Amino acid sequence: MTEAAAVTSARAASGTRWGLPPVLAVVLALIGLWYLAVVPMNVQEVLTRAERAGVTVQPESAVARRDMGTWALVAGNPHALGESWSLDRPRLPAPHQVVAELYKSTWVEETRGRRGLVNSGSLSNRGLLHHALVTLNATLVGFLIGTGLGILLAVGIVHSRVMDMSVMPWAIVSQTIPIVALAPMIIVVLYSVGVQGLLPKAVISAYLSFFPVVVGMVKGLRSPDAMQMDLMRTYNASPGTVLAKLRLPASVPYLFASLKIAVAASLVGAIVGELPVQKGGLGARMLAGSYYGQTVQIWSALFLAAALAALLVWAISAVERRALQRMGMGA
Amino acid sequence: MTQVIGALAVWAAGWLLNLRLANGPAHDSRAVRLAVPLIFGATLLVMWELIVRGLGVPTVILPPPSQIAATFAGNLVMLWGDFVQTILKGALAGWVIGCGAAFLTALLVDRFDYLRRGLLPLGNFMAALPIVGTAPILVMWFGFGWQSKAAVVVLMVYFPMLVNTVAGLQETSAMQRDLMRTYAAGWGQTLRSLRLPAALPFIFNGLKITSTLALIGAIVAEFFGSPTLGLGFRISTSIGQLDLGLVWSAILVAALTGTLVYGIIALTEKTLTFWHPSQRG
Repeated sequence: MTEAAAVTSARAASGTRWGLPPVLAVVLALIGLWYLAVVPMNVQEVLTRAERAGVTVQPESAVARRDMGTWALVAGNPHALGESWSLDRPRLPAPHQVVAELYKSTWVEETRGRRGLVNSGSLSNRGLLHHALVTLNATLVGFLIGTGLGILLAVGIVHSRVMDMSVMPWAIVSQTIPIVALAPMIIVVLYSVGVQGLLPKAVISAYLSFFPVVVGMVKGLRSPDAMQMDLMRTYNASPGTVLAKLRLPASVPYLFASLKIAVAASLVGAIVGELPVQKGGLGARMLAGSYYGQTVQIWSALFLAAALAALLVWAISAVERRALQRMGMGA
Repeated sequence: MTQVIGALAVWAAGWLLNLRLANGPAHDSRAVRLAVPLIFGATLLVMWELIVRGLGVPTVILPPPSQIAATFAGNLVMLWGDFVQTILKGALAGWVIGCGAAFLTALLVDRFDYLRRGLLPLGNFMAALPIVGTAPILVMWFGFGWQSKAAVVVLMVYFPMLVNTVAGLQETSAMQRDLMRTYAAGWGQTLRSLRLPAALPFIFNGLKITSTLALIGAIVAEFFGSPTLGLGFRISTSIGQLDLGLVWSAILVAALTGTLVYGIIALTEKTLTFWHPSQRG
């Protein structure tokens, strides 16, 4: 490669006319938009507080302000908007407030809180980490159940014509049903028969993660071509051997692709499953935040859920890379 | 007890019938393809009914299908009101706005490569997030009416639709684009006669995925606050009253809608993308 070509390709890789990686640019733009949006979203509350503090505000009465457009209020009172980004219970918290809350409810709570990790030896039930762990547990248990069942069903579907013809259409129909709507019922019903805690949430997670695995695995198990199947026939291999030596290894890339979708779905299931039973977890935290108007708390729970999703998908990608490399399929 | 044995007998009979049909001489005919899953479904329903009655399962845990059907038929007017509130107002409005916005963004993203490289990884990431979690915030912002439900649905369907449409718009080969260049076709003409048709399978895939998401979003958002009607409201209040028949009826409405919408999309796809290998099969 000549030097000029190297420079061009390096520029193409990092990306840009403006010297900024595109993802970073978009993220920065979004954060900027967010800071801007905070002003009109919170303007009513900010002006009320400013008025109480003795600042003259454009329309004097609160009633007149309520009927005005937010943008007109912002334009009329540029001098009184200083508190927009530091309200206690904003309609829309500023990003740094969310980050501060995240820091406070994880690191500060665990190191300095009375019930924190340092002082009591276990994660504080007032901190976010405890709730994240509850959600993570349910997600993983549900994910394992769903994946296991999904793989078994896929093996059955590939080997039996009847199962393929009778079960597969219903598996598809079952996905057009907004199954998450069942979540509160499943939880209440299981609760009434005495099953509680982790399992009901895991059932919902399992249901959501099961379908992507079935579809992916059926595709994967059928991916060996006629030539390869013929070779197994010439070896006089039994269906079991074909499964173990050819079909399963061939399905691994498909499996990982669907596992990534499944784990994200599983997290959604766990969070929704936590809504009806207020026994900890990120979903419970969000609902509590919405009951008490603690918007910053909702946002921080939301961000932690996003981080959890990213972590889970990343972990599966890491395993995928390792596994595919070892099987000689990696890039 | 006889009813449980009856259930097992029905199961065995249904399975044997399906075995004969699926491995019989006519196994590729249309009728058999339709009959086998229907027999399977009917078997499950009959077993459900017989087992629930035979073992005396309390109806507050699992009502038999006959009771659900009776409740459904007895509350048609109320369920229609819920259907209009949740699905026609909340889910449909949000779905149309969200998919429309995603489609327009996709066109923009496709036009500017910088945006594509910036937005696409982000969109892929956002599509994996539990966006349902924004429901409490949006209900706080837009009130208890259908507007907040539509807002949740917009957020939920936007990213999967965006990712699918952008992927579809890139589906053309260099050869096909070169042909359009030799015709001296502009960006708009290329879009209309080459890239949009090529993107259709992806767009339909996105529509199928997002139609379920829209239903989920609208129903779950109602758990955080709603007027006194709507499917989510019906589900959460009926559970409180242990009226499981009504809960299942609400779910039946959602299920029927989901299946119907999926069917309509699949049918439209079939007529519009008849040329695609997956449709010619």
